[in-house]
Amino acid sequence: MSVATRLLGAPVDRLEARDKVEGRAQYAYEHEIEHVAYGALVASTIAKGRVRAVDTRDAVAEDGVLAVLTWEETPKLPKAAGELAVLQSERVSYRGQIVAVVVAESYEAASRAERLVHVEYDVEEHDVELRPDHPTLYKPDKVNPQFPTDTEEGDVDRGLGEAAHTIDLTYRTPGYHNNPMEPHATLALWEGDSLTLYDSTQGAYAYSETVAQTFDMPRERVRVIAEHVGGGFGSKGTPRPHVIAAAIAARHVRRPVKVAVTRQQMFALTGYRTPTIQRLQLGCDAEGRLTAIAHDVIEQTSTVDEFAEQTAVVTRMMYAAPNRRTTHRLARLDVPTPSWMRAPGECPGMYALESAMDELARASGLDPIELRVRNDPSVDPESGHPFSTRNLVACLREGAERFGWQPGGRRDGRTLVGMGVAASTYPARKRPSEAHARRNDDGTFTVQVGAVDIGTGARTVLAQIAADTLDVPLERVHIEIGDSAFGNAPVAGGSAGTSSWGAAVVQACRVLLTGEDEAHVETESSDEPLAKHGYGAQFVEVRVDVDTAEIRVARAFGLFACGRILNPKTARSQFIGGMTMGLGMALLEESRVDPRFGDVVNHDLAQYHVPVNADVPDIDADWIDEDDPHINPMGAKGIGEIGIVGTAAAVANAVHDATGIRIRDLPITPERLAPALMQAADS
Amino acid sequence: MEPFAYRRATTVDDALTTPGATFLGGGTNLVDLMRLGVAAPDRLVDVSRLNAEIEETDGGGLRIGAGVRNNDLAFDGRVRERWPALSEAVLAGASGQLRNLATTGGNLLQRTRCSYFQDVTKPCNKREPGTGCPARDGDHHNLAILGWSERCVATHPSDMAVALAAFDAIVHTSRRLLPVVELHRLPGDDPARDTVLEPDELIVAVELPPLQVARSSTYRKVRERASFAFALVSVAAAYDGADVRIALGGVAHRPWRATTAEQAIRDGKSFREAAEAELAQAEPLRDNAYKVELATRTIVRMLEELAS
Repeated sequence: MSVATRLLGAPVDRLEARDKVEGRAQYAYEHEIEHVAYGALVASTIAKGRVRAVDTRDAVAEDGVLAVLTWEETPKLPKAAGELAVLQSERVSYRGQIVAVVVAESYEAASRAERLVHVEYDVEEHDVELRPDHPTLYKPDKVNPQFPTDTEEGDVDRGLGEAAHTIDLTYRTPGYHNNPMEPHATLALWEGDSLTLYDSTQGAYAYSETVAQTFDMPRERVRVIAEHVGGGFGSKGTPRPHVIAAAIAARHVRRPVKVAVTRQQMFALTGYRTPTIQRLQLGCDAEGRLTAIAHDVIEQTSTVDEFAEQTAVVTRMMYAAPNRRTTHRLARLDVPTPSWMRAPGECPGMYALESAMDELARASGLDPIELRVRNDPSVDPESGHPFSTRNLVACLREGAERFGWQPGGRRDGRTLVGMGVAASTYPARKRPSEAHARRNDDGTFTVQVGAVDIGTGARTVLAQIAADTLDVPLERVHIEIGDSAFGNAPVAGGSAGTSSWGAAVVQACRVLLTGEDEAHVETESSDEPLAKHGYGAQFVEVRVDVDTAEIRVARAFGLFACGRILNPKTARSQFIGGMTMGLGMALLEESRVDPRFGDVVNHDLAQYHVPVNADVPDIDADWIDEDDPHINPMGAKGIGEIGIVGTAAAVANAVHDATGIRIRDLPITPERLAPALMQAADS
Repeated sequence: MEPFAYRRATTVDDALTTPGATFLGGGTNLVDLMRLGVAAPDRLVDVSRLNAEIEETDGGGLRIGAGVRNNDLAFDGRVRERWPALSEAVLAGASGQLRNLATTGGNLLQRTRCSYFQDVTKPCNKREPGTGCPARDGDHHNLAILGWSERCVATHPSDMAVALAAFDAIVHTSRRLLPVVELHRLPGDDPARDTVLEPDELIVAVELPPLQVARSSTYRKVRERASFAFALVSVAAAYDGADVRIALGGVAHRPWRATTAEQAIRDGKSFREAAEAELAQAEPLRDNAYKVELATRTIVRMLEELAS
């Protein structure tokens, strides 16, 4: 049974838009509270070793400084694990790790005193460089979140041997850092044994669980509130070390404490996408049917924790071939632990796979769309399950038509013009969630769900879902989100937020329709034997200046098949936002590491280039009609991440189409393109 | 940020009554550096409201007050008509919001964006003389290819200054007149000093002398991101068949007036030969050799466009 359609599918404005524009929406750091103190994080200036001594005298002598916490006076938290074991030992595992926390009466005093904390170290030799032959490479037990590390079917070597056309190529992606507009921030408040966190998080309930576990206290005694969040992209999907630092500091000074991570500190403390080295071997017969697919990935984790990005997992599902292999190997480096970044796994994996498909198409003389169509599987090659819906071919064909797909490259004066295409995909998930609905005396309804709107429009879409289910105007629904007290609800991540919260809201509202005045529901996960994914096709036209090697995206278009689109206005923002981030991945973004110091050198927005408006002059996204009844009652698939999947390949393929030059090492900057381009221009 | 005293000057003379003061223009660079701990001035004297006029000089030149905001300079009709490359250069820099604040004097005196200079946890001879230059063998893909020293490989970030260097602009300070090409130094043994200005010497104006060839001029900034990024290389070029001016940005510790290329063109060499002659002096670092050809080709391209 699906819900009625009246508000669902309508381009409803964001409910909180006016509050945000007028500055009334309160973000974590902006909550005002009496007697608040301010924390500043002291970061290690070595990449590996031990804190030998911390001289806090100058810092403590500063006006307004309340305390300086080092590992020695910080109470031990035996349950604290990985990156959240803040100030638990003298060990330094990466440059930028928290080695002390200053608490002061003002932000200014705290940040000034931070520079007056003198830390002495016993320095050990560090290694922060990912190399294909790194001596620490190992096979993790699983890759994120629970996938087999390696898979093998048939005999790849034989499949390649039998192929009419083969490619064997290695693609590299650098580290990428999430840079949401709102840096991470926390206000921690202890009342007795209970902790309240006003936090910039993607998951209020999940944070309450993890923080409670870290402090070894019942989850009910940790409340996390996140009314408005200025972006996360995965970096706020798990509590970062500053959250624990704020809570430790607040308990120590017996006052509420605010901690804001600086933009520079984000490059060490708030996670990033691992660099990858990906070898792709593909073979196809004379008709373009794949005979072998192999995707072997090398990436990194830290000595603090294991994070195994599931980079090649998407290749297990994307195309069929009788002989297939995927592997993942990790190097343990003296770096911060990688973490979630928009479409973890799919994003870097599809860059390599969809670049390789383009190269195979050229090797076999097929149009890249045709090659993909010929290899579109009828069932999931990995599980053998049918797809709930899979409309990749429709996206490719209709998208090509609407974009005006005419590859082959052309010259326009001193500019080379080319087109590229790539497929997009992302899993369509639904996770268990609670929701609460109540009929009010004035004829309105209050719906509570522990969702977080990180800028996606989730609050608005949830109100639409509730209003449609109750068959009342939107104005009669009060939607309340962003509070762990509303019960278990999954993070705004994995493109599962709206799908999961929405399903619970539907269920709660349906109880009211039976005449009840109040309902609290908890949905369950389903394990239908179906492969559930969204799909899309992205088309890009680039212009490359032959003299300056500058690459500009002239047009980008994505056509997606993601079930029912619940709000076209906010959905379009999600799609083109993801695509824009993908353009940045392709052409601009790169966390540049100085191996001698061990940290990211370009650690601010002036040096770490994310795209600006001028980089995306003509970008659009649309979708085809699809209603997938197997995901949730709304018939929708999550759309938060699919926009970034495939974009970088489409851009790289377009650059090749324009110039004849293939750069397999992202990002494709003038620095990387110029040498070959200028050689080609001269010949 | 360290505590500091702040005072807004009412006149140039008034500004100079605080010995050892640091002058504050729009603050778009200095305040950042103070937040980062790179700069820690005791006394700030705000000069951003002084000398905010653009005046005609005898013979068709302009005197641009040091307090003129970047956007006001870029959109001045006289500048756009007579020195179009200057307008283009200013508009190629920063963002609209920053240009509304940034001043002419402050733009000239902004400091390098070298990562190491801006990170107080790392050595830097410019920030802390004698500590070393990690950029020399580090992340220097966008640093100098010309005129660097073992002590410093930083570049000057200004776009405006590149156009001013091409147009023989003259800096008026509280003490003297100075050709703009002599304002900024090469790093040599003393990279801490960006310019030849003495303590308590204040830039009060920049004079653009009349220059016929400047009417046929253009500015090209090569960069990864289409806007709001510093140059990989930039070229201010003026050419009308009779006269030529060329200056480069993003390649050296100061705006680089390409006098070798200019002379080669006067001697009848091709644009390509002229550009190559200029860049023959380049000594690229390990990771920025691409800039040499980039600069060469951009010079040729700009001259060809102006010639056609």
